[in-house]
Amino acid sequence: MSKAVRTAADEIWKNRVEKINVELFTLTYGSVVSQLCRDLNNNYCEVNKQLEIMGENIGVRLIEDFLARTGAGRCNSFKETGEIISKVGFKIFLNIVPQVTNWTDNGKQFSLVFDENPLAEFVELPDDGKAVKELWYSNVLCGVLKGALQMVQLDVDVSFVSDVLRGHDQTEIKLRLIRYLKDEIPAGED
Amino acid sequence: MNLGKNSIYEKNLSRRNSEINISSLSFLFCEMVSYCHSNSKSISELENKLNILGYSIGAKILELNCYRENILTIKKQLKRELKIIEILQFIHTVIWKNLFSKMADELEKSQDIANEFMVIDNNPIISQFISVPRELKQLNCNAFVAGIVEGVLDAAYFQCTVTAHTVPRDGHPLRTVFLIKFDPAVIERENIRYGY
Repeated sequence: MSKAVRTAADEIWKNRVEKINVELFTLTYGSVVSQLCRDLNNNYCEVNKQLEIMGENIGVRLIEDFLARTGAGRCNSFKETGEIISKVGFKIFLNIVPQVTNWTDNGKQFSLVFDENPLAEFVELPDDGKAVKELWYSNVLCGVLKGALQMVQLDVDVSFVSDVLRGHDQTEIKLRLIRYLKDEIPAGED
Repeated sequence: MNLGKNSIYEKNLSRRNSEINISSLSFLFCEMVSYCHSNSKSISELENKLNILGYSIGAKILELNCYRENILTIKKQLKRELKIIEILQFIHTVIWKNLFSKMADELEKSQDIANEFMVIDNNPIISQFISVPRELKQLNCNAFVAGIVEGVLDAAYFQCTVTAHTVPRDGHPLRTVFLIKFDPAVIERENIRYGY
């Protein structure tokens, strides 16, 4: 399955995606993060939270774009979800394919490990001694994953485990399935 | 500061993975606008916030592009433009191309006012993401790009203010004029230096 998925994602990336220079994106994100740091007086925990909120807002809209472009159906297992997130989701939006790894035995938790991260190019954390301990620079990604998965009835806890910006060996995000949400009738307009 | 092997100073200036889905930028930009919007009381305050966000990346873009243009090409020399018209051409072609994968459409000098110049984009990429609600009719989110231009010029020692204005034309409803107003001292310097 894996190879077919990869080829399909490549095809979508090549032919059905309008593209733009990654640097504008990278610098724009950097500008947002540094503005948040200023607005929130370098309270990096608050910055992480705000980035996650922004990410969730993006995620709930991004899933529509994703489904429309890929025509992907429902995944049969959380394992399949992991593969699709990495090989299709990250591929068509950020043109990267993070490694899916560190599965737990019950199949409810895995990690995405990033060799490259377009959000964090040209980035150095402030050397105030605090940012390297508190700030998850790319935390918007956690929000995006959480928001997008929520829209396909997966309640998932998403958080950073490590980040090369903090001097760790690798950048890793952990996803833990909390529960499948029931198909609920949306709240009425009135 | 991390000056080890993996520091950003050790990385190659030209990069392999150079493209990204335009949707990703649009999602990010929309979030950015709505964040600024929620913290602003007026349209001009919102535009000012977007301008500031753009400004902070202008200086970086200037530096990056100067290095790329000069070091990585055959010229092998580091050069920065000193004349108003040349730096504007640099923005119009090199910077626009790098940021938006196309050149800006026009570059004009105001006929009446000596320190005013205009860079014009018929179909700015940023505007394609945004549908402006009626109550914010005067808003032009290209204030962000205006901020970038201002940042580039300021970093190149051409002090100015840059604003974005929607000036539609047939077939180009999103056409945006970036109005660049140089500090009088910049014009004076140019006159002394080149004796116009």
